[in-house]
Amino acid sequence: MSQSRFAYYPGCTLHGTAREYDVSARLVCKSSGIELEELEDWTCCGASSAHATDHLMAISLPARELQAAEEKDLPLVTACAMCFNRLKLSAHELSQDNTREMVSKVMNKEIIKVPTVVHLLQVVDEKIASFSFKKQLEGLKVACYYGCLLVRPNDITEFDDDENPQIMDRTIATMGAQAIDWDFKTACCGASLPFTHPEAVIKLSHAILSQAKELGADCVSVACPMCHANLDMNQKEIRSRYNDEINIPIFYFTQLMGLSLGFSPKDMLVDKHFTSPLPLLKEKGLV
Amino acid sequence: MARVGVFICHCGTNIAGSVNIDEMVDAANKMPSVVYASDNKYTCSEPGQASIRQAIIDNRLNRVVIASCSPRMHENTFRRTVTSAGLNSYLLEMANIREQCSWVHSNNKEAATAKAIDLVRMAVAKATKDEPLFPKEVGLTKRALVIGGGIAGIQAALDIANAGHDVVLVEREPSIGGHMAQLDKTFPTLDCSACILTPKMVDIAQHPKITLRTYAEIDNVQGYIGNFHVQIRQKARKVDHSKCTGCGTCWQKCPEKISSEFDVGVGKRSAIYIPFAQAVPTKPVIDTEHCRYIKYLQFVDEGEEGKKPAECRICEKLCPVSAIDWEQQDQILTEDFGAIVVTTGFKPFDPQVYQEYGVGRIPDVITGIQLERLMNASGPTEGEVIRPSDGTHPKSVVFISCVGSRDDEKGRGYCSKICCMYTAKHTIMLKEHDPEVQSYVFYIDIRAVGKDYEEFIRRAQEEAGTIYLRGRVSKIHRKGAKLIVQGEDSLIGRPVEIEADLVVLATGMEPSEGVIELAQGLNLSHDSYNFLMEAHPKLRPVETHIDGVFLAGSCIGPRDIPECVAHGSAAAAKVAGLFSQEKLVIEPLTALVDPLKCVGCLACVQVCPFNAPEEQKARDGRTIAYINDALCKGCGLCVVACRPGAINLRGFANDQLLAEVVSLW
Repeated sequence: MSQSRFAYYPGCTLHGTAREYDVSARLVCKSSGIELEELEDWTCCGASSAHATDHLMAISLPARELQAAEEKDLPLVTACAMCFNRLKLSAHELSQDNTREMVSKVMNKEIIKVPTVVHLLQVVDEKIASFSFKKQLEGLKVACYYGCLLVRPNDITEFDDDENPQIMDRTIATMGAQAIDWDFKTACCGASLPFTHPEAVIKLSHAILSQAKELGADCVSVACPMCHANLDMNQKEIRSRYNDEINIPIFYFTQLMGLSLGFSPKDMLVDKHFTSPLPLLKEKGLV
Repeated sequence: MARVGVFICHCGTNIAGSVNIDEMVDAANKMPSVVYASDNKYTCSEPGQASIRQAIIDNRLNRVVIASCSPRMHENTFRRTVTSAGLNSYLLEMANIREQCSWVHSNNKEAATAKAIDLVRMAVAKATKDEPLFPKEVGLTKRALVIGGGIAGIQAALDIANAGHDVVLVEREPSIGGHMAQLDKTFPTLDCSACILTPKMVDIAQHPKITLRTYAEIDNVQGYIGNFHVQIRQKARKVDHSKCTGCGTCWQKCPEKISSEFDVGVGKRSAIYIPFAQAVPTKPVIDTEHCRYIKYLQFVDEGEEGKKPAECRICEKLCPVSAIDWEQQDQILTEDFGAIVVTTGFKPFDPQVYQEYGVGRIPDVITGIQLERLMNASGPTEGEVIRPSDGTHPKSVVFISCVGSRDDEKGRGYCSKICCMYTAKHTIMLKEHDPEVQSYVFYIDIRAVGKDYEEFIRRAQEEAGTIYLRGRVSKIHRKGAKLIVQGEDSLIGRPVEIEADLVVLATGMEPSEGVIELAQGLNLSHDSYNFLMEAHPKLRPVETHIDGVFLAGSCIGPRDIPECVAHGSAAAAKVAGLFSQEKLVIEPLTALVDPLKCVGCLACVQVCPFNAPEEQKARDGRTIAYINDALCKGCGLCVVACRPGAINLRGFANDQLLAEVVSLW
């Protein structure tokens, strides 16, 4: 991964509810010379619905994006943990001859090779030296929350330790902030259940946020739009249901990087969040 | 001129039931060099053997072929038979027409008969090329080396010494005792571990036949059964043990305190130390990595900049007998032994990979051996069980079994055998320490196979009130001062959460550090987990494939104390049996180098698993290979590897094997 040009697959959320993730990621990458070349005509990766419907479809949808990156002869990077998981799984399965043949038939195009798939955190971690962080985030205590999809299944995502990953903690520490040691880094946030089983999401998100609060975290840093939505959106409901004064801003790690690189909170679209981070940023002198 | 006699055995109906014996005798009679052929209902019986003897004499036979069972079964029997008729015992060939023919072809008599005839034909062809061979005798040193001073090694050393032989016991730590010395009590009797172990340790130190070398390691092993040459590295203790009286002033006054290996991180020791109060010998060593004066010397030597460390030397100043010797260096001792017993034992599994349990991050998640030290009256807390985080007494304790055992995900598929039992012991002992403690055990299965073991588990459940939950723990997280243990109770099929003050991981057993290097030096094989391999898992449990090298204890696989003791005694019995001989007889079926054909490429040296071929100078100055008969196992690898065809295997020479093949055409 010594190169600095990547095929970029934003996925649907980064063009929608997680626009701030997309915007901050692009600005942060641009500032250190990492080129993100968005795939043309990209489509859904199938996350959360395709694999519950049909296995072949679940592998074929990401295969289309893999093929597009391969045609550019670039490694494929994505910032969304769900897309990452689906792309990695598809790439993994396509290493088997009979699966590759089947998917080639579906796509009506022969797949010969699949590109390397990485998550944006891995790119940032490797190129951390190329960032010039202007503002040290001194005194900011961050709970790095990875969720499940980046790390599991470990032998397929090839990401980091699946119980105690360190990659985001390292990035946060480089910016002068303190990544706290906590026990919920890869716990379940409730994933795609907010519509079908909201109680589960609220209970699980509460467990995560209450330990972050208990151990003194000022904010949570995430790398997944679904985690962000679950943790950010439900705090009001958590407060009323558990009578627990939880009010903890949830950032995408790219937003924290952007702030440290000197971008304004507005550039980083922090006003898009349900739980406003502005009071915290003011308190820490980051506005 | 070869005069071959062929004896065909019916083996009752075992052979005769599916092979036509008359047809075989007819065919054998027509084979070249065969001057006599007959059959017998039971050739191995006394009348059967007598008829062979008679036939040898009557027909002046000089080669014998017996077509019967596997040579594993009766080759030795028939060797004695032909010897008693005046023949060299290596002029006998066996054709295995039972295991390799009649038993496996019982449904086709015609084909089985044809195959049996072919097998006899091959044996006859080989027999015509047989040469008389003579076993060799070598002397032996009746002195044993025991590597590792845990309970297995202690037992082996004592038993060999009590049989009247000299023993050297080598232990790399500063004291013998092994892991058993760390334990508070032992299951299932709850007798005090130190009380039963320390008398044996003292016996070792006082036995006139035993030389104890602690703080020493094995550097190199050469030689073969009866004649091993071993280099032992006596590590520098920086303390002259011939002067030291073990008064204890030095280790009490040493200002440098570091984490104690013996207390597995829950206690501290000084830089000059004995690992524990009952250590044998009760004389200290200086840990050169942490000693302040040695650090000071290194600092001065390397001319480093910055703050000069203090010179210290307190131990030297306080020692009443001037035993501190800063000049002492490692010493290499070369000694000869006739037998070696490897008892290198185990180390507790390092649970660092279980990040879901917060290992290394959550201070109140500890291992079983750490709890053992906390419960021990001579441990760092003098027997008070306290939480490492805040020193309070835990009231709710969760035990997780199979940590590093039966878990393929973590690369440990095997059962460590002792954890179910020591966990039950811990729960009983905790209840004795503090009746308010409630223990919970998450388990996969409870394995309590041993005398009084099952009853002991019942005692934990019924008397100590331990709650057993069948299922694994998925996650431990902190909540205030408590630990929340999330797991599954698979008997009710529900997730459960238990609020605990302390979590104890029942960690399994792993082979000791450095055992692979030792195994390579001794040519021992090991399994995929690096446990050493016995020669046969059932019938030769303490022997190895290397004659004269024996194993005992948990270097072979997880074992509890009674098993280690039994194995130590078993290995000692094997050594005593070996030492009961005045000379060792060596099979002559070994490889032989033709020095005229050898080009000195030494490919044989590389392929031999037993270090039998050696480099040698021929009289004309050429490099050639020479094979040490005492080490050669006759496997034939070197014969195949030898490019000029200079190596031949006695008893299985190239022309003999070729004759067998050719006879089929």
